[in-house]
Amino acid sequence: MSNGIIKKIAGPLVVAKNMKSANMFDVVRVGDFKLIGEIIEMHEDEASIQVYEETSGLGPGSIVESTKVPLSIELGPGLVGSIFDGIGRPLKLIMKIAGNNLKRGVDVFSLDRKIKWNFAPCLKSNQNVSTGDVIGYVEETPIVTHKIMIPNGVSGKIKEIYEGEFTVNQSIAIVVDSQSNEIPIKMMQTWPVRVGRPYKKKLSPNIPMITGQRVIDTLFPIAKGGVAAVPGPFGSGKTVVQHQLAKWAEVDIVVYIGCGERGNEMTDVLNEFPSIIDPKTGNSLMERTILIANTSDMPVAAREASIYTGITIAEYFRDMGYSVALMADSTSRWAEALREMSGRLEEMPGEEGYPAYLGSRLSSFYERAGRVQIFGDERNSSENEALNDFRTEKDQSDFSDYEDSNLKSRSREGILTVIGAVSPPGGDLSEPVCQATLRIVKVFWGLDSSLAYKRHFPAINWLNSYSLYVDSFLKWYDVNVSSDWMDVRKRILKLLSQEAELEEVVKLVGIDALSSKDRLKLETARSVREDFLHQNAFHEVDTYTSLKKQYLLMKLILEFFDKANLAIDENANIEKILSIPVREKIGRFKYIKDLEIQKEYEIILQSIIKQTSATLESEDLYAQGV
Amino acid sequence: MPREYRTIREISGPLMMVCDVEGVKYDELGEVELISGKKCKCRVLEIDDKNALVQLFESPAGINLESSKVRFFGRSMELGVSKDMLGRLFNGLGKPIDGAPELLPEKRIDINGVPINPLARNYPEEFIQTGISAIDGLNTLVRGQKLPIFSASGLPHAALAAQIARQSKVIGSKESFAVVFAAIGITFEEANFFENSFKETGSIDRTVMFVNLGNDPAIERIATPRVAITAAEYLAFEKDMHVLVILTDITNYADALREVSAARKEVPGRRGYPGYMYTDLASLYERAGRQKNKRGSLTMIPILTMPEDDKTHPIPDLTGYITEGQIILNRELFRKGVTPPIDVLPSLSRLKDKGIGKGKTRDDHSCTMNQIFSSYARGKDSKELMMILGEAALDKTDRLYARFADEFELSYLSQGNTTDRSIEETLKIGWNLLSILPRSELKRIDDEFLDKYYKV
Repeated sequence: MSNGIIKKIAGPLVVAKNMKSANMFDVVRVGDFKLIGEIIEMHEDEASIQVYEETSGLGPGSIVESTKVPLSIELGPGLVGSIFDGIGRPLKLIMKIAGNNLKRGVDVFSLDRKIKWNFAPCLKSNQNVSTGDVIGYVEETPIVTHKIMIPNGVSGKIKEIYEGEFTVNQSIAIVVDSQSNEIPIKMMQTWPVRVGRPYKKKLSPNIPMITGQRVIDTLFPIAKGGVAAVPGPFGSGKTVVQHQLAKWAEVDIVVYIGCGERGNEMTDVLNEFPSIIDPKTGNSLMERTILIANTSDMPVAAREASIYTGITIAEYFRDMGYSVALMADSTSRWAEALREMSGRLEEMPGEEGYPAYLGSRLSSFYERAGRVQIFGDERNSSENEALNDFRTEKDQSDFSDYEDSNLKSRSREGILTVIGAVSPPGGDLSEPVCQATLRIVKVFWGLDSSLAYKRHFPAINWLNSYSLYVDSFLKWYDVNVSSDWMDVRKRILKLLSQEAELEEVVKLVGIDALSSKDRLKLETARSVREDFLHQNAFHEVDTYTSLKKQYLLMKLILEFFDKANLAIDENANIEKILSIPVREKIGRFKYIKDLEIQKEYEIILQSIIKQTSATLESEDLYAQGV
Repeated sequence: MPREYRTIREISGPLMMVCDVEGVKYDELGEVELISGKKCKCRVLEIDDKNALVQLFESPAGINLESSKVRFFGRSMELGVSKDMLGRLFNGLGKPIDGAPELLPEKRIDINGVPINPLARNYPEEFIQTGISAIDGLNTLVRGQKLPIFSASGLPHAALAAQIARQSKVIGSKESFAVVFAAIGITFEEANFFENSFKETGSIDRTVMFVNLGNDPAIERIATPRVAITAAEYLAFEKDMHVLVILTDITNYADALREVSAARKEVPGRRGYPGYMYTDLASLYERAGRQKNKRGSLTMIPILTMPEDDKTHPIPDLTGYITEGQIILNRELFRKGVTPPIDVLPSLSRLKDKGIGKGKTRDDHSCTMNQIFSSYARGKDSKELMMILGEAALDKTDRLYARFADEFELSYLSQGNTTDRSIEETLKIGWNLLSILPRSELKRIDDEFLDKYYKV
């Protein structure tokens, strides 16, 4: 095969001629440094290549080799706990080879070929298998059991299956397909990152993903399998929100993509996650986390690829039946990388220089999220030879049509939730990336710099944020928290919106002009803001709040509100009501440990009743005295 | 001897097209020799077959299409470095201009730097005491941080930067410390102010200065910060020094970038700045930090003037997205005579949480800081309300908050350019201020500290 020859170099874009034999989106090796690139445009025999590494020092006349495969990532044991660059190279290995700085043209595998993993099969020979079927397990970390699946497009009968220690590249089973070909199955499979991994059917997301963040769980919850956007100007705490979600969200696997962000932020994750213990499993959080890092000083073209690399890994774990959360921080940098390449290709720009296909690229990325019915089956080898036979007959038919209850109970679900940060220039939400994102996502957590200035964190603005999932969670909250959850939530929201209106009035005529009841509303809303919505990510207890605690805290605030209202009806003095000492206790409820909340709740509840009625008594005494 | 070309075809602005070149590489450094013997540096921006698009680092005046010669060096732009750079003065491209003999470089380093593997970074967490309450107490600077000063024309950012350079120290450490100063298109007066300030404190011997003044070629400014940071990296990561880099003024750098972009007829992003400005600025700022297995650190304070005091202008905006916080100067405070006029509410240090607290500053630092922030914000709201409605319209608590805000500006923020406050002093002033407010308002502070420090 003939090689291409470099003709033009302009930043990360290289044009090579004599490339007729290469395919669109093939990965190529460019020049003497063997830089990794991808073909993104073809004109006759000239190919435009986006190069994922720094191109300085390249000159015309150097050779371009096509590898004939699209940009792919290796999937298999060894992913969890690792950190990769934008095109899936492990940074640890690169550091070993190249030292503290990133050198060019380093050619390494994503997965370590030397580590031996203990493979425990769950199927036996002579069983039939097809795409996605789990054939065995690897205990990858104390938390994550890596399920080894039949790769896409393979089906047949297991001829042999082994048990023991293997590297990712060794065969662990042999499958004979219908044409009697013997297909070796390895623990590792590769997948092109720009193509979504297939699933059987999409399901509607109707279960909330609990994050332990009060403003999110209570006011603007996100569904498992949903998509959310976190836009905000710099300094409004986007990254802290993302980190908090990565730490506390109720998921099995977290994929965190640092896309064009600060190097120290990745370092922070790397330092901190291993030392945080997941309360549910008692193990370190790093053991369920995969990091993709393309910091802002790393090559810009790889930034474009990084979110695809990340979401492909996330989909792979989804296909095992796990609940996966993907955080992309930030999609604006990804869009800027797209814009830079588009500019170099001299494409006609759309809005603000972004390419016309920005919207469609974004939506096809976010659409890879969802709660889905996955392919394949997970069964024990001892179980059902019967089902096995059945599967042979029904192999090609559509399972979703089949109403057999036995089968239904076996339908497996995988969940991929995507949370994307957006960094709008100047915090202006009318810019193209924000607008394109808002058209797609169902949850919007609008970060507000004026809240951040007051050090109200998370600085999610309660007036303009929204979640379109709330109504579909009604039933879930009924069963899992309390039947009046939705009412309590509504009352809290109402208080907040009333506060905004009253603030306007106060600005015009002063606080004295308000009636006692309005004063009370204002003060209660303040308590909602300061005692409930404000949450300190760096406080040991406050950083995570269980749903029950969130519920109790809301109840306490509303209880005070109701009792105080009653007292006002009885002509109690508003100043007196507002200065009752129990309010400070409500304010400190968020720092109470989960074990003691019920007890503390009862105590505070009693104090509220006692102290509000005390304001009445003294009032009466005072009246009598006169 | 490298090949010489007399095939300059086009010159427009800072760009030049050289034809029929062979073996020229992207990003290669070159040199144009005029008939007068004058030489000016240039670099390859784009190669298309045999045509090289070249960007000049100096004014194109005098270049002749027929007689001027172009040479390419087969390497990208490099800076010769050595420990003797300390105490010396260089131009914006790294050539000594203090009259002393040329430097004998220990080695030559590519000025573009190489990205740091995120795994190889060490998280910055050593508290730097700048002696300025608004920074130490509320927007703490740590070693290896990049913390820009967002200023505007007419505000005393130079005095603040000089004060930081003068007073900065890590408590209880005796490691060697150096300042790298890059003047990017600023006036002689300003550059001179810095030089004098370094001289007065005797720190000039630990300072490397790179100066590109307002009347020096604008295009040279693209190289100046890179040259300076390269010198700083050398001192920090090869000579184990703790280096503070001051870059002023980034706005001029961005304008030079825009000039080149416009000349290349690229599709502009916001306000005519190129779409890749984020990446470009990041390639400067991200070079700050600490690295594993290295003792030194590189702390960076870029200064930029916000056009029209507008924080959403692309230069401050993109900078804010890359750097680890920002110190914002405020014109209103400046008019009130508050020195330094740091507007603490929109200012931020992202790395403060790891740099403060027990063993670093004091265990009550974090919560008092949050309390002061939110109380000052509320106090400012109250004052605004007071302006509209008069003092009588406020309730008692709001009046206390308003008083808190006033006192805060007067005694906490304002300290002058020569006062060097220790962190204990800063915290003490903080607690004095918080005593204005009733204890029940201090919800962000743990009881333990209230018991210990709160006095009525």
